Amino acid sequence: MTEEKMEKKLHNKRALVTGASRGIGKEIANTLARHGADVVVNYNTSHEDASEIATSVELAGKETWVYPADIRSFQEVEEMKKSIEDNFGTIDILVNNAGINIDKFFTKMEKNDWETVLSVNLDGVFNCSKVFLDDLREAEGGRIINISSVVGQRGNLGQVNYASSKAGMIGFTKALARELVRDEVTVNAVAPGFIATDMVMNIPEKVQESIKKKIPMGRFGETKEVAEAVAFLASPSASYITGEVLKVNGGFYI
Amino acid sequence: MEKDEEQKRIEGDIEGLTSDCKRLEGLNALITGGSQGIGRRIALEFANEGADVAINDLSSQKEKANLVAQYIEGELGRDTWIAEGDVSDLDDMKKVREQVEENFGTIDILINNAGINRDSLFFKMEKEDWDKVLSVNLDGVFNTTKAFLDHVRESDQGRIINMSSVIGESGNIGQANYASSKAGMIGFTKALAREVVRDDVTVNAVAPGFVATRMVEDIPEKVKEKIIAQIPFGRFAEPREVARTVCFLASNDASYITGEVIRMNGGYYM
Repeated sequence: MTEEKMEKKLHNKRALVTGASRGIGKEIANTLARHGADVVVNYNTSHEDASEIATSVELAGKETWVYPADIRSFQEVEEMKKSIEDNFGTIDILVNNAGINIDKFFTKMEKNDWETVLSVNLDGVFNCSKVFLDDLREAEGGRIINISSVVGQRGNLGQVNYASSKAGMIGFTKALARELVRDEVTVNAVAPGFIATDMVMNIPEKVQESIKKKIPMGRFGETKEVAEAVAFLASPSASYITGEVLKVNGGFYI
Repeated sequence: MEKDEEQKRIEGDIEGLTSDCKRLEGLNALITGGSQGIGRRIALEFANEGADVAINDLSSQKEKANLVAQYIEGELGRDTWIAEGDVSDLDDMKKVREQVEENFGTIDILINNAGINRDSLFFKMEKEDWDKVLSVNLDGVFNTTKAFLDHVRESDQGRIINMSSVIGESGNIGQANYASSKAGMIGFTKALAREVVRDDVTVNAVAPGFVATRMVEDIPEKVKEKIIAQIPFGRFAEPREVARTVCFLASNDASYITGEVIRMNGGYYM
Protein backbone atom coordinates (compact mmCIF):
# COMPACT_ATOMS: atom_id res chain seq x y z
CA MET A 1 0.00 0.00 0.00
CA THR A 2 1.30 3.40 -0.92
CA GLU A 3 1.98 6.05 1.70
CA GLU A 4 -0.52 8.62 0.47
CA LYS A 5 -3.27 6.09 1.06
CA MET A 6 -2.46 5.94 4.78
CA GLU A 7 -4.59 9.03 5.29
CA LYS A 8 -6.52 9.20 8.54
CA LYS A 9 -10.16 8.39 8.08
CA LEU A 10 -11.50 11.75 9.27
CA HIS A 11 -8.80 13.85 7.65
CA ASN A 12 -10.01 17.42 6.92
CA LYS A 13 -13.30 16.94 8.79
CA ARG A 14 -14.73 19.19 11.49
CA ALA A 15 -16.89 17.66 14.17
CA LEU A 16 -19.12 18.99 16.93
CA VAL A 17 -19.69 16.71 19.89
CA THR A 18 -22.37 17.82 22.34
CA GLY A 19 -21.93 16.95 26.01
CA ALA A 20 -18.28 16.24 25.33
CA SER A 21 -16.81 17.11 28.71
CA ARG A 22 -17.35 13.69 30.28
CA GLY A 23 -18.00 10.02 29.74
CA ILE A 24 -18.80 8.77 26.27
CA GLY A 25 -18.80 12.27 24.75
CA LYS A 26 -15.27 12.92 25.98
CA GLU A 27 -14.06 9.67 24.45
CA ILE A 28 -15.83 10.46 21.17
CA ALA A 29 -14.12 13.87 21.00
CA ASN A 30 -10.72 12.32 21.61
CA THR A 31 -11.30 9.46 19.21
CA LEU A 32 -12.49 11.69 16.36
CA ALA A 33 -9.40 13.85 16.86
CA ARG A 34 -7.16 10.81 16.82
CA HIS A 35 -8.73 9.84 13.51
CA GLY A 36 -7.89 13.23 12.08
CA ALA A 37 -10.88 15.51 12.77
CA ASP A 38 -10.86 18.99 14.27
CA VAL A 39 -13.33 18.96 17.15
CA VAL A 40 -15.65 21.42 18.86
CA VAL A 41 -16.22 20.44 22.46
CA ASN A 42 -19.66 21.50 23.64
CA TYR A 43 -20.48 21.29 27.32
CA ASN A 44 -23.01 22.73 29.71
CA THR A 45 -21.43 23.18 33.13
CA SER A 46 -18.08 21.36 33.46
CA HIS A 47 -15.75 23.99 32.07
CA GLU A 48 -12.57 22.49 33.51
CA ASP A 49 -13.26 19.06 32.11
CA ALA A 50 -14.01 20.58 28.70
CA SER A 51 -10.74 22.51 28.67
CA GLU A 52 -8.91 19.33 29.52
CA ILE A 53 -10.38 17.58 26.49
CA ALA A 54 -9.54 20.54 24.31
CA THR A 55 -5.95 20.15 25.40
CA SER A 56 -5.89 16.47 24.51
CA VAL A 57 -7.42 17.23 21.10
CA GLU A 58 -4.64 19.76 20.56
CA LEU A 59 -2.08 17.21 21.66
CA ALA A 60 -3.43 14.97 18.91
CA GLY A 61 -2.40 17.78 16.55
CA LYS A 62 -5.93 18.91 15.77
CA GLU A 63 -7.73 22.19 16.17
CA THR A 64 -10.38 22.59 18.77
CA TRP A 65 -12.92 25.05 20.08
CA VAL A 66 -14.67 24.85 23.42
CA TYR A 67 -18.15 26.24 23.74
CA PRO A 68 -20.60 26.12 26.63
CA ALA A 69 -24.26 25.92 25.70
CA ASP A 70 -27.36 24.43 27.21
CA ILE A 71 -28.73 22.57 24.21
CA ARG A 72 -32.25 22.76 25.66
CA SER A 73 -32.23 26.37 24.56
CA PHE A 74 -32.61 26.91 20.83
CA GLN A 75 -31.22 30.39 21.25
CA GLU A 76 -28.09 29.19 23.02
CA VAL A 77 -27.47 26.65 20.26
CA GLU A 78 -27.83 29.42 17.68
CA GLU A 79 -25.31 31.54 19.56
CA MET A 80 -22.96 28.57 19.70
CA LYS A 81 -23.28 28.18 15.95
CA LYS A 82 -22.38 31.80 15.41
CA SER A 83 -19.33 31.52 17.61
CA ILE A 84 -18.16 28.29 15.98
CA GLU A 85 -18.59 29.81 12.54
CA ASP A 86 -16.58 32.89 13.46
CA ASN A 87 -13.78 31.11 15.29
CA PHE A 88 -13.56 27.64 13.90
CA GLY A 89 -15.51 27.05 10.71
CA THR A 90 -18.42 24.99 9.48
CA ILE A 91 -19.29 21.51 10.78
CA ASP A 92 -19.16 18.27 8.76
CA ILE A 93 -20.01 15.84 11.55
CA LEU A 94 -22.57 16.45 14.28
CA VAL A 95 -22.57 14.01 17.20
CA ASN A 96 -25.67 14.47 19.34
CA ASN A 97 -24.35 12.96 22.52
CA ALA A 98 -25.45 15.23 25.37
CA GLY A 99 -27.83 13.39 27.65
CA ILE A 100 -28.98 13.11 31.22
CA ASN A 101 -30.98 10.71 33.32
CA ILE A 102 -33.27 11.21 36.30
CA ASP A 103 -34.25 7.68 37.25
CA LYS A 104 -37.41 6.97 39.23
CA PHE A 105 -40.23 4.51 39.12
CA PHE A 106 -43.13 5.88 37.16
CA THR A 107 -45.31 6.06 40.27
CA LYS A 108 -42.82 8.54 41.73
CA MET A 109 -41.80 10.30 38.54
CA GLU A 110 -42.82 13.95 38.49
CA LYS A 111 -43.76 15.79 35.33
CA ASN A 112 -40.67 17.86 35.87
CA ASP A 113 -38.42 14.75 35.73
CA TRP A 114 -40.02 13.86 32.44
CA GLU A 115 -39.65 17.32 30.97
CA THR A 116 -36.05 17.80 31.97
CA VAL A 117 -34.88 14.52 30.48
CA LEU A 118 -36.90 14.89 27.31
CA SER A 119 -35.75 18.44 26.77
CA VAL A 120 -32.04 17.64 26.97
CA ASN A 121 -32.05 14.24 25.29
CA LEU A 122 -34.62 14.78 22.57
CA ASP A 123 -35.30 18.51 22.13
CA GLY A 124 -31.54 18.95 22.26
CA VAL A 125 -31.20 16.72 19.21
CA PHE A 126 -33.81 18.77 17.39
CA ASN A 127 -32.13 22.05 18.30
CA CYS A 128 -28.61 21.07 17.29
CA SER A 129 -29.65 19.28 14.10
CA LYS A 130 -31.82 22.24 13.10
CA VAL A 131 -29.18 24.86 13.73
CA PHE A 132 -26.32 22.97 12.07
CA LEU A 133 -28.35 21.56 9.19
CA ASP A 134 -27.07 24.05 6.62
CA ASP A 135 -23.47 23.26 7.54
CA LEU A 136 -24.04 19.55 7.13
CA ARG A 137 -25.80 19.97 3.82
CA GLU A 138 -22.89 21.98 2.50
CA ALA A 139 -20.39 19.42 3.73
CA GLU A 140 -19.09 16.73 1.46
CA GLY A 141 -20.50 13.63 3.10
CA GLY A 142 -22.19 15.32 6.07
CA ARG A 143 -22.92 13.12 9.07
CA ILE A 144 -25.36 13.25 11.97
CA ILE A 145 -24.77 10.59 14.62
CA ASN A 146 -27.19 10.34 17.53
CA ILE A 147 -26.15 8.58 20.71
CA SER A 148 -29.23 6.62 21.66
CA SER A 149 -29.25 3.74 24.15
CA VAL A 150 -30.19 0.10 24.54
CA VAL A 151 -32.70 1.41 27.07
CA GLY A 152 -34.56 3.09 24.20
CA GLN A 153 -34.87 -0.31 22.53
CA ARG A 154 -35.80 -2.60 25.42
CA GLY A 155 -36.91 -0.27 28.22
CA ASN A 156 -35.62 -0.45 31.78
CA LEU A 157 -36.98 -0.19 35.30
CA GLY A 158 -37.08 3.36 36.59
CA GLN A 159 -36.33 4.93 33.22
CA VAL A 160 -39.62 5.73 31.55
CA ASN A 161 -38.37 9.23 30.77
CA TYR A 162 -34.90 8.20 29.63
CA ALA A 163 -36.20 5.25 27.55
CA SER A 164 -38.76 7.49 25.84
CA SER A 165 -36.16 10.09 24.96
CA LYS A 166 -33.71 7.50 23.61
CA ALA A 167 -36.40 5.70 21.60
CA GLY A 168 -37.49 9.08 20.29
CA MET A 169 -33.96 9.63 18.98
CA ILE A 170 -34.28 6.46 16.91
CA GLY A 171 -37.47 7.74 15.28
CA PHE A 172 -35.77 11.07 14.67
CA THR A 173 -32.78 9.31 13.09
CA LYS A 174 -34.86 7.32 10.62
CA ALA A 175 -37.14 10.20 9.65
CA LEU A 176 -34.36 12.73 9.14
CA ALA A 177 -32.25 10.14 7.27
CA ARG A 178 -34.98 9.95 4.64
CA GLU A 179 -35.14 13.72 4.30
CA LEU A 180 -31.42 14.35 4.01
CA VAL A 181 -30.54 11.60 1.61
CA ARG A 182 -30.77 14.04 -1.30
CA ASP A 183 -28.08 16.18 0.32
CA GLU A 184 -25.84 13.17 0.82
CA VAL A 185 -26.02 13.60 4.56
CA THR A 186 -26.33 10.32 6.44
CA VAL A 187 -28.16 10.17 9.76
CA ASN A 188 -27.46 7.21 12.03
CA ALA A 189 -27.64 6.29 15.69
CA VAL A 190 -25.44 4.30 18.01
CA ALA A 191 -27.24 2.44 20.79
CA PRO A 192 -24.75 1.57 23.53
CA GLY A 193 -25.50 -0.90 26.28
CA PHE A 194 -24.16 -0.32 29.79
CA ILE A 195 -20.85 1.50 29.44
CA ALA A 196 -18.30 2.04 32.20
CA THR A 197 -18.89 5.78 32.68
CA ASP A 198 -19.47 7.67 35.92
CA MET A 199 -23.21 7.28 35.28
CA VAL A 200 -22.90 3.50 35.51
CA MET A 201 -20.00 3.26 37.97
CA ASN A 202 -22.00 5.30 40.49
CA ILE A 203 -24.60 2.53 40.67
CA PRO A 204 -24.19 0.52 43.91
CA GLU A 205 -21.71 -2.35 43.56
CA LYS A 206 -24.35 -5.02 44.14
CA VAL A 207 -26.63 -3.66 41.45
CA GLN A 208 -23.66 -3.40 39.07
CA GLU A 209 -22.97 -7.09 39.56
CA SER A 210 -26.55 -8.05 38.86
CA ILE A 211 -26.53 -5.97 35.66
CA LYS A 212 -23.30 -7.60 34.51
CA LYS A 213 -24.89 -11.01 34.93
CA LYS A 214 -27.49 -10.05 32.36
CA ILE A 215 -24.87 -8.99 29.81
CA PRO A 216 -23.73 -12.00 27.78
CA MET A 217 -20.20 -10.58 27.58
CA GLY A 218 -20.22 -10.36 31.39
CA ARG A 219 -18.75 -6.86 31.49
CA PHE A 220 -19.64 -3.24 30.85
CA GLY A 221 -18.56 -1.74 27.57
CA GLU A 222 -15.65 0.67 27.43
CA THR A 223 -16.24 4.21 26.21
CA LYS A 224 -13.66 3.51 23.50
CA GLU A 225 -15.86 0.76 22.09
CA VAL A 226 -18.70 3.24 21.59
CA ALA A 227 -16.42 5.97 20.26
CA GLU A 228 -14.92 3.72 17.59
CA ALA A 229 -18.42 2.84 16.37
CA VAL A 230 -19.13 6.58 16.07
CA ALA A 231 -15.85 7.10 14.20
CA PHE A 232 -16.77 4.31 11.81
CA LEU A 233 -20.16 5.87 11.03
CA ALA A 234 -18.49 9.27 10.61
CA SER A 235 -15.94 7.91 8.15
CA PRO A 236 -16.19 7.45 4.38
CA SER A 237 -16.34 3.69 5.05
CA ALA A 238 -19.96 4.13 6.13
CA SER A 239 -21.03 6.11 3.08
CA TYR A 240 -23.92 3.77 2.17
CA ILE A 241 -25.29 3.46 5.71
CA THR A 242 -28.17 5.72 6.67
CA GLY A 243 -31.15 5.46 9.03
CA GLU A 244 -29.33 2.68 10.87
CA VAL A 245 -29.11 2.07 14.61
CA LEU A 246 -25.84 0.38 15.47
CA LYS A 247 -26.04 -1.61 18.70
CA VAL A 248 -22.93 -1.74 20.88
CA ASN A 249 -24.13 -3.73 23.86
CA GLY A 250 -22.09 -6.88 24.42
CA GLY A 251 -25.08 -9.02 23.47
CA PHE A 252 -27.38 -7.48 26.10
CA TYR A 253 -30.12 -6.87 23.54
CA ILE A 254 -30.01 -8.71 20.24
CA MET B 1 -10.19 -12.46 -22.75
CA GLU B 2 -12.14 -13.48 -19.67
CA LYS B 3 -8.97 -13.28 -17.64
CA ASP B 4 -8.16 -9.77 -18.83
CA GLU B 5 -11.60 -8.67 -17.70
CA GLU B 6 -11.05 -10.23 -14.27
CA GLN B 7 -7.64 -8.67 -14.01
CA LYS B 8 -9.04 -5.25 -14.79
CA ARG B 9 -11.65 -5.65 -12.09
CA ILE B 10 -9.12 -6.68 -9.49
CA GLU B 11 -6.80 -3.86 -10.43
CA GLY B 12 -9.73 -1.45 -10.11
CA ASP B 13 -10.40 -2.88 -6.65
CA ILE B 14 -6.80 -2.50 -5.58
CA GLU B 15 -6.67 1.05 -6.86
CA GLY B 16 -9.56 1.93 -4.55
CA LEU B 17 -8.19 0.34 -1.36
CA THR B 18 -7.82 2.68 1.59
CA SER B 19 -6.65 2.13 5.10
CA ASP B 20 -5.60 4.30 7.99
CA CYS B 21 -3.88 1.55 9.91
CA LYS B 22 -3.15 -2.14 9.64
CA ARG B 23 -6.10 -3.09 11.77
CA LEU B 24 -6.05 -6.81 11.01
CA GLU B 25 -2.33 -7.41 11.31
CA GLY B 26 -1.47 -10.87 12.61
CA LEU B 27 -4.92 -12.33 11.96
CA ASN B 28 -5.97 -15.10 9.58
CA ALA B 29 -9.24 -14.84 7.72
CA LEU B 30 -11.23 -17.28 5.64
CA ILE B 31 -13.70 -15.89 3.12
CA THR B 32 -16.17 -18.24 1.48
CA GLY B 33 -17.05 -17.37 -2.08
CA GLY B 34 -13.95 -15.18 -2.08
CA SER B 35 -13.03 -15.40 -5.75
CA GLN B 36 -15.37 -12.72 -7.06
CA GLY B 37 -17.78 -9.90 -6.27
CA ILE B 38 -18.18 -8.83 -2.66
CA GLY B 39 -16.12 -11.77 -1.38
CA ARG B 40 -13.14 -10.80 -3.50
CA ARG B 41 -13.35 -7.21 -2.38
CA ILE B 42 -13.42 -8.31 1.26
CA ALA B 43 -10.39 -10.55 0.62
CA LEU B 44 -8.43 -7.64 -0.85
CA GLU B 45 -9.47 -5.15 1.86
CA PHE B 46 -8.51 -7.64 4.56
CA ALA B 47 -5.11 -8.26 3.01
CA ASN B 48 -4.61 -4.52 2.75
CA GLU B 49 -5.43 -4.21 6.47
CA GLY B 50 -2.69 -6.71 7.22
CA ALA B 51 -4.56 -10.03 7.45
CA ASP B 52 -3.51 -13.24 5.77
CA VAL B 53 -6.44 -14.47 3.74
CA ALA B 54 -7.65 -17.94 2.76
CA ILE B 55 -10.06 -17.92 -0.16
CA ASN B 56 -12.71 -20.58 -0.37
CA ASP B 57 -14.65 -21.21 -3.54
CA LEU B 58 -15.83 -24.01 -5.83
CA SER B 59 -13.30 -25.77 -8.03
CA SER B 60 -15.07 -24.25 -11.06
CA GLN B 61 -13.91 -20.83 -9.81
CA LYS B 62 -10.29 -21.90 -9.58
CA GLU B 63 -8.93 -19.51 -12.19
CA LYS B 64 -10.56 -16.51 -10.56
CA ALA B 65 -9.42 -17.60 -7.12
CA ASN B 66 -5.87 -18.00 -8.40
CA LEU B 67 -5.91 -14.50 -9.72
CA VAL B 68 -7.10 -13.04 -6.41
CA ALA B 69 -4.44 -15.04 -4.59
CA GLN B 70 -1.79 -13.76 -6.96
CA TYR B 71 -2.71 -10.16 -6.15
CA ILE B 72 -2.88 -10.78 -2.42
CA GLU B 73 0.64 -12.18 -2.45
CA GLY B 74 2.19 -10.01 -5.13
CA GLU B 75 0.60 -6.59 -4.65
CA LEU B 76 -0.43 -6.68 -1.02
CA GLY B 77 2.33 -8.90 0.34
CA ARG B 78 0.16 -11.18 2.47
CA ASP B 79 -0.05 -14.95 2.75
CA THR B 80 -2.93 -16.66 1.07
CA TRP B 81 -4.31 -20.13 0.41
CA ILE B 82 -7.00 -21.30 -1.96
CA ALA B 83 -9.34 -23.53 0.00
CA GLU B 84 -11.28 -25.29 -2.69
CA GLY B 85 -14.58 -26.73 -1.49
CA ASP B 86 -18.35 -26.65 -1.63
CA VAL B 87 -19.89 -24.93 1.40
CA SER B 88 -23.10 -26.91 0.93
CA ASP B 89 -21.21 -30.12 1.76
CA LEU B 90 -20.16 -30.54 5.40
CA ASP B 91 -17.64 -33.29 4.63
CA ASP B 92 -16.07 -31.08 2.03
CA MET B 93 -15.73 -28.23 4.52
CA LYS B 94 -14.16 -30.55 7.07
CA LYS B 95 -11.57 -31.47 4.47
CA VAL B 96 -11.08 -27.79 3.75
CA ARG B 97 -10.37 -27.21 7.42
CA GLU B 98 -7.69 -29.90 7.42
CA GLN B 99 -6.06 -28.39 4.35
CA VAL B 100 -6.20 -24.90 5.79
CA GLU B 101 -4.67 -26.12 9.04
CA GLU B 102 -1.86 -27.85 7.22
CA ASN B 103 -1.04 -25.19 4.67
CA PHE B 104 -2.16 -21.87 6.04
CA GLY B 105 -2.87 -21.83 9.78
CA THR B 106 -5.85 -21.51 12.07
CA ILE B 107 -8.64 -19.07 11.29
CA ASP B 108 -9.42 -16.04 13.49
CA ILE B 109 -12.02 -14.44 11.28
CA LEU B 110 -14.60 -16.40 9.34
CA ILE B 111 -16.60 -14.58 6.67
CA ASN B 112 -19.62 -16.56 5.50
CA ASN B 113 -20.05 -14.85 2.16
CA ALA B 114 -20.75 -17.61 -0.38
CA GLY B 115 -24.22 -17.18 -1.80
CA ILE B 116 -26.30 -17.82 -4.88
CA ASN B 117 -29.71 -16.80 -6.16
CA ARG B 118 -32.23 -18.60 -8.34
CA ASP B 119 -34.98 -16.07 -8.76
CA SER B 120 -38.47 -16.95 -9.88
CA LEU B 121 -41.98 -16.14 -8.76
CA PHE B 122 -43.16 -18.58 -6.13
CA PHE B 123 -45.77 -20.21 -8.33
CA LYS B 124 -43.02 -21.11 -10.76
CA MET B 125 -40.39 -21.92 -8.15
CA GLU B 126 -39.43 -25.58 -8.10
CA LYS B 127 -38.47 -27.40 -4.93
CA GLU B 128 -35.03 -27.77 -6.46
CA ASP B 129 -34.62 -23.96 -6.69
CA TRP B 130 -35.48 -23.76 -3.02
CA ASP B 131 -33.17 -26.59 -1.96
CA LYS B 132 -30.24 -25.31 -3.96
CA VAL B 133 -30.36 -21.76 -2.61
CA LEU B 134 -30.97 -22.83 0.98
CA SER B 135 -28.20 -25.42 0.86
CA VAL B 136 -25.57 -22.93 -0.27
CA ASN B 137 -26.70 -19.79 1.56
CA LEU B 138 -27.91 -21.22 4.86
CA ASP B 139 -26.63 -24.80 5.21
CA GLY B 140 -23.35 -23.38 3.94
CA VAL B 141 -23.18 -21.11 6.98
CA PHE B 142 -23.86 -24.05 9.27
CA ASN B 143 -21.28 -26.27 7.57
CA THR B 144 -18.49 -23.72 7.40
CA THR B 145 -19.06 -22.47 10.93
CA LYS B 146 -19.24 -26.05 12.21
CA ALA B 147 -15.95 -26.89 10.53
CA PHE B 148 -14.09 -23.78 11.71
CA LEU B 149 -15.65 -22.91 15.06
CA ASP B 150 -12.82 -24.56 17.02
CA HIS B 151 -10.35 -22.31 15.23
CA VAL B 152 -12.32 -19.16 15.88
CA ARG B 153 -12.79 -20.09 19.55
CA GLU B 154 -9.05 -20.44 20.05
CA SER B 155 -8.41 -16.97 18.67
CA ASP B 156 -7.88 -13.88 20.82
CA GLN B 157 -10.04 -11.95 18.38
CA GLY B 158 -12.49 -14.53 17.10
CA ARG B 159 -15.03 -13.20 14.62
CA ILE B 160 -17.80 -14.72 12.56
CA ILE B 161 -19.37 -12.35 10.05
CA ASN B 162 -22.31 -13.48 7.96
CA MET B 163 -23.17 -11.74 4.72
CA SER B 164 -26.93 -11.47 4.84
CA SER B 165 -28.99 -9.12 2.65
CA VAL B 166 -31.64 -6.44 2.86
CA ILE B 167 -33.84 -8.96 1.04
CA GLY B 168 -33.80 -11.10 4.19
CA GLU B 169 -35.48 -8.21 6.03
CA SER B 170 -37.64 -6.55 3.37
CA GLY B 171 -38.44 -9.54 1.14
CA ASN B 172 -38.53 -9.16 -2.62
CA ILE B 173 -40.62 -10.36 -5.52
CA GLY B 174 -39.25 -13.54 -7.06
CA GLN B 175 -36.92 -14.30 -4.17
CA ALA B 176 -38.85 -16.45 -1.69
CA ASN B 177 -35.89 -18.82 -1.54
CA TYR B 178 -33.17 -16.17 -1.33
CA ALA B 179 -35.08 -14.06 1.21
CA SER B 180 -35.64 -17.10 3.43
CA SER B 181 -32.00 -18.05 3.34
CA LYS B 182 -30.84 -14.51 4.15
CA ALA B 183 -33.38 -14.06 6.96
CA GLY B 184 -32.28 -17.44 8.28
CA MET B 185 -28.72 -16.15 8.49
CA ILE B 186 -29.89 -13.37 10.79
CA GLY B 187 -31.49 -15.88 13.15
CA PHE B 188 -28.32 -17.95 13.03
CA THR B 189 -26.22 -14.89 13.82
CA LYS B 190 -28.24 -13.93 16.90
CA ALA B 191 -28.49 -17.46 18.27
CA LEU B 192 -24.81 -18.33 17.81
CA ALA B 193 -23.74 -14.94 19.18
CA ARG B 194 -25.34 -15.90 22.51
CA GLU B 195 -23.63 -19.29 22.56
CA VAL B 196 -20.07 -18.31 21.78
CA VAL B 197 -19.94 -15.11 23.80
CA ARG B 198 -18.17 -17.05 26.57
CA ASP B 199 -15.34 -17.78 24.16
CA ASP B 200 -14.90 -14.10 23.33
CA VAL B 201 -16.11 -14.72 19.82
CA THR B 202 -18.46 -12.15 18.31
CA VAL B 203 -20.99 -13.14 15.65
CA ASN B 204 -22.48 -10.41 13.50
CA ALA B 205 -24.11 -9.95 10.12
CA VAL B 206 -23.96 -7.32 7.42
CA ALA B 207 -27.13 -6.79 5.41
CA PRO B 208 -26.25 -4.87 2.25
CA GLY B 209 -28.77 -3.45 -0.15
CA PHE B 210 -28.23 -3.82 -3.88
CA VAL B 211 -24.50 -3.82 -4.58
CA ALA B 212 -22.90 -3.08 -7.92
CA THR B 213 -21.51 -6.56 -8.55
CA ARG B 214 -21.87 -8.66 -11.65
CA MET B 215 -25.01 -10.25 -10.14
CA VAL B 216 -26.66 -6.83 -10.23
CA GLU B 217 -24.94 -5.56 -13.39
CA ASP B 218 -26.56 -8.41 -15.32
CA ILE B 219 -30.07 -7.19 -14.50
CA PRO B 220 -31.74 -5.60 -17.58
CA GLU B 221 -31.21 -1.85 -17.74
CA LYS B 222 -34.92 -1.03 -17.37
CA VAL B 223 -35.30 -3.14 -14.25
CA LYS B 224 -32.13 -1.61 -12.82
CA GLU B 225 -33.55 1.87 -13.21
CA LYS B 226 -36.71 0.76 -11.41
CA ILE B 227 -34.67 -0.57 -8.50
CA ILE B 228 -32.56 2.57 -8.28
CA ALA B 229 -35.72 4.67 -8.17
CA GLN B 230 -36.63 2.83 -4.95
CA ILE B 231 -33.29 3.50 -3.25
CA PRO B 232 -33.27 6.86 -1.46
CA PHE B 233 -29.54 7.23 -2.30
CA GLY B 234 -30.35 6.80 -6.00
CA ARG B 235 -27.44 4.45 -6.60
CA PHE B 236 -26.24 0.92 -5.85
CA ALA B 237 -23.71 0.28 -3.11
CA GLU B 238 -20.10 -0.17 -4.12
CA PRO B 239 -18.35 -3.38 -3.06
CA ARG B 240 -15.89 -1.10 -1.22
CA GLU B 241 -18.64 0.09 1.10
CA VAL B 242 -19.61 -3.45 2.01
CA ALA B 243 -16.04 -4.54 2.55
CA ARG B 244 -15.24 -1.56 4.81
CA THR B 245 -18.19 -2.41 7.04
CA VAL B 246 -16.97 -6.00 7.30
CA CYS B 247 -13.48 -4.69 8.15
CA PHE B 248 -14.93 -2.62 10.98
CA LEU B 249 -16.72 -5.62 12.48
CA ALA B 250 -13.60 -7.75 12.14
CA SER B 251 -11.40 -5.18 13.86
CA ASN B 252 -10.79 -4.70 17.55
CA ASP B 253 -12.86 -1.50 17.30
CA ALA B 254 -16.01 -3.66 17.25
CA SER B 255 -15.14 -5.67 20.38
CA TYR B 256 -18.42 -4.92 22.20
CA ILE B 257 -20.69 -5.60 19.23
CA THR B 258 -22.28 -9.04 18.95
CA GLY B 259 -25.51 -10.44 17.56
CA GLU B 260 -25.88 -7.29 15.51
CA VAL B 261 -27.01 -6.89 11.91
CA ILE B 262 -25.52 -3.81 10.29
CA ARG B 263 -27.76 -2.60 7.53
CA MET B 264 -26.11 -0.74 4.71
CA ASN B 265 -28.67 -0.11 2.07
CA GLY B 266 -28.67 3.58 1.13
CA GLY B 267 -31.93 4.11 3.01
CA TYR B 268 -33.76 1.34 1.11
CA TYR B 269 -34.94 -0.34 4.29
CA MET B 270 -34.77 1.22 7.77
